[in-house]
Amino acid sequence: MSDATDPATAGDERRVELKHGAGGTATRDLVSETLAADFADPGDALVGLADMDDGAVVPVGDANLVVTTDTHVIDPPFFPGGDIGRLAVSGTVNDLAVMGATDVRALTSAVVVEANYPIANLARIADSMAATCAEADASVVTGDTKVMGHGDLDGVVINTTGVGVAEHVVRDAGLSPSDVLIVTDSVGEHGISLLAEREGIEFGSDLESDVKPLNDLLAVALETAGADVAAMKDPTRMGLAGALNEMAEKSGVGIEIREERVPVTSDVKGAGEMLGLDPFQIANEGVAVLGVAPKAAADVLAALREHPKGRNAAAIGKAIDDHRGRVVLDTGMGNRYLREPASEPAPRIC
Amino acid sequence: MSETPFDEATGGLPSADGHNDLEFRDPEKARAIADTLERLGEELEDPPATIMHVCGSHEQSIAKFGIRSMLPDAVRLIMGPGCPVCITDMPEVDEAVALAEDGVTVATYGDMLKVPGTTRSLDDARAAGADVRIVYSAADVVEIAEEEDGEVVFFATGFETTAAPTAAVVLSEPPANLSILSAHKYVPPAMEIVAELPDTDIQGYLAAGNAAIITGSGIFEDLAERHELPVVVGGFEPLDILAGVTKLVEMIRDGEAGVENAYPRCVTREGNEPAQEQLWDVFEAVGGQWRGIAEIPGANLVLREEYAEYDARERFDIDADSLGADGASRLADDCICGDIMSGTAEPTDCEMFGKECTPDNPVGACMVSSEGTCKIWHEYGGRPNL
Repeated sequence: MSDATDPATAGDERRVELKHGAGGTATRDLVSETLAADFADPGDALVGLADMDDGAVVPVGDANLVVTTDTHVIDPPFFPGGDIGRLAVSGTVNDLAVMGATDVRALTSAVVVEANYPIANLARIADSMAATCAEADASVVTGDTKVMGHGDLDGVVINTTGVGVAEHVVRDAGLSPSDVLIVTDSVGEHGISLLAEREGIEFGSDLESDVKPLNDLLAVALETAGADVAAMKDPTRMGLAGALNEMAEKSGVGIEIREERVPVTSDVKGAGEMLGLDPFQIANEGVAVLGVAPKAAADVLAALREHPKGRNAAAIGKAIDDHRGRVVLDTGMGNRYLREPASEPAPRIC
Repeated sequence: MSETPFDEATGGLPSADGHNDLEFRDPEKARAIADTLERLGEELEDPPATIMHVCGSHEQSIAKFGIRSMLPDAVRLIMGPGCPVCITDMPEVDEAVALAEDGVTVATYGDMLKVPGTTRSLDDARAAGADVRIVYSAADVVEIAEEEDGEVVFFATGFETTAAPTAAVVLSEPPANLSILSAHKYVPPAMEIVAELPDTDIQGYLAAGNAAIITGSGIFEDLAERHELPVVVGGFEPLDILAGVTKLVEMIRDGEAGVENAYPRCVTREGNEPAQEQLWDVFEAVGGQWRGIAEIPGANLVLREEYAEYDARERFDIDADSLGADGASRLADDCICGDIMSGTAEPTDCEMFGKECTPDNPVGACMVSSEGTCKIWHEYGGRPNL
C-alpha cells in the first residue's frame, strides 16, 4: 500500500508487535495513543475508555450501567480445567463484577472461526459457554458469526460483551493508604497450567486452570462491606504483579505485599521454579484482588472464606503513602519492587 | 518499607499459607545472618567492603529475594562478568549468523538468539528463513544431527558448566555432520583480570558454585594468593549467598586471603575430576576477547588440534575478520555493558536503561539474557533503597 494517507508511509514506521497484545504497559500505550485517542472525553460516562478500567460505567436514569467487552484468543483452546468458551464467559462476567456489577443482565457472543474448523469443537465450546452462563446466572442474548478462510485465523476467536448494573461502582483507582489488599484465591494456576500444556511439560501433578465466573463471590464482598470495598481488579494477563501495579499507579498510592501471605499452591511454585516463571506475573482467570477499608477487611475476608470460591482468600498487604505508583514486595529475606512484566512471560529455555 | 510493622499492615489477619517450605529460604535464619553482617560491618576497618560475585544465577537470587536490601551500608555486593551470554563477543555471534545464513542448521541455547552480532542476531537470521534451533543441552544437538541430512553446527556458549557437556559430546563420536562452533569461556582468568582493574577495587570474590562443582574450589587458590584476596564459593539459595557473604566479610575484616567453600553440599576442593579430564582433553584455553571487557589470556576454550574434524571453524573455513563488515554496528556507542560486567558501573548508571534498552528491545547484551545484570535489574529493581 503506497497511499499517502497511510501513516506507515508518512514517517511512522512502527508496526504492531505481539507485546502490544499482552495487556501490560505496551498495550495501554498503544491503545491510548491510537485506538482510544479520539475517545478521551467520556461525556456522560462515569468511567470511560480513557480510564482503562475493567469496564465502562454509563449512567442510565438512576442506574449505573456497566459495559465491558473482551476478545478471547487462546492457545490451546481446550486446556486442563477449561476451554475458550468458559474463558469467554468468565472473563466478561468477571470484568463486570470487579466494577461492582455482580448481577449480569446480558451477554453477547461474536464468534470468528476459520473454514475447516471441526463443528464438533464449536458445539463443545457453545455447551461450555452455556454451562458457565448458568453458573454465573447470566444469558447470551445476541450474537454474530463470521467465517474466515482456512489459515487466515488460528482456529476460533470469541468476543463477548457484557452488561450489568452496579449499585456501588468499584474502580481500580479507589485505593487509599491503609486499605487492605485481599486476593480471593491462590494465584498463577491458569497461566502456569496453560504454559505447561503448550510446552508439553508434565509435572506429575494436577495443575489446571482456575477459570471461573466470580460474580457470586464478589457479590458476597459487596454485600458485606458496600462502599468499604474501595477497589477491585481482575488480575488476568499480567498477573497479580500487573494488577497491583496498575492499582497503585491509578490510585496514586504505594502498595506493600508480603510474599509469604500470597497463596500459591506448591504445584504452581514448583512448576514456576522449573520454568523460570514468577507465579505473581502469570495470568489468572478465576481470581480477584480487592482493596478494602481496614475497618471492614476482617469481615470481608471471613465472608469470602465462607464461599466455596473464596476459601483460600488471604490478606496479602496494604496500600501505603510512600513508594507511590509502585509495589514493594517483602520477600521474607529483603525487599524489592514487584514489577509488572514488560511482555507476556515466556518459559525459560536455557 | 513503611514504618508500620507488617502484622499491623494486614490488620493482624491470618495468613492462608504462612509457612516457608524451603530450608534454604528460611526468613528467620536469614534475618539472624543479616544481624551478624550488620555487626561485622561495624568491625570493618575500611568500609565499605566491596564483594564481587561472578554468576548470573547469583545475581538472579540476590535481586529476586531482595538480598541487597538486607546488607548493611558497610557491605557492597556487585556483579562481575558472570553472564555467559553477555560476554560472548560480537564476532562470535557473527560467525554463527554467517553459518546460519549459508544454509547450515545452527543449534544453540535459547538465550543466544537475541544477542546482537555486529549487524544481525541469530533471531534475525531465523526470521529471514535460516534454520536456527534452540537446545536445552549439548546432548540435544546430537539428536538434531542424527535427524538432519545436512550440516549441523552447535554454537556452544557458556562457562565450565556447559563446556564439560560439550566436551562429552565431542568424545562420544557424534554424527559426522555435527561440528562445534565454540564460544565457551573459562572464568578464573577473567576473575584475575577484573581483580587487577583499579576502578573495580574489590576486596573479595563470591565464586560461582555451579562452575566450582566441575572445577573444584581449589582452582581459586592461586588467584587468592596472587591477589591476596579472599574467595568464597557460594551456592544459589538465599541462605547460601548470605553465608558466603558473611564468610567473606569476616575474612576481609581479618585481612585474610585464601579460599573457603560455603557450598560444601555440592562442591569439593578437587571438583568433578572425570569432567575436568574430558574438558581439558577436548578444549585448550587461549586468549580471546570478552565482549565489552578485554582481551583475556587463557579465557577462551577452543577445540584442540586432535578434534579439528569437529571444529566448525576448520570445517567451514570461517573468516571471522570479514564478518560484520557489511554494516554499521547496531550497538550504540553509549552502551556501558562492559563497565557493568567489570563492576565499575551499575545498570542504572546507563542512560539507555529501561528507555531505549529494554528486554523487548535490547541494545546491549546485558539486557538479553535472564542472567544479564541489566535484564535482572529491569525485572527486580536491582539495588533498591527500600
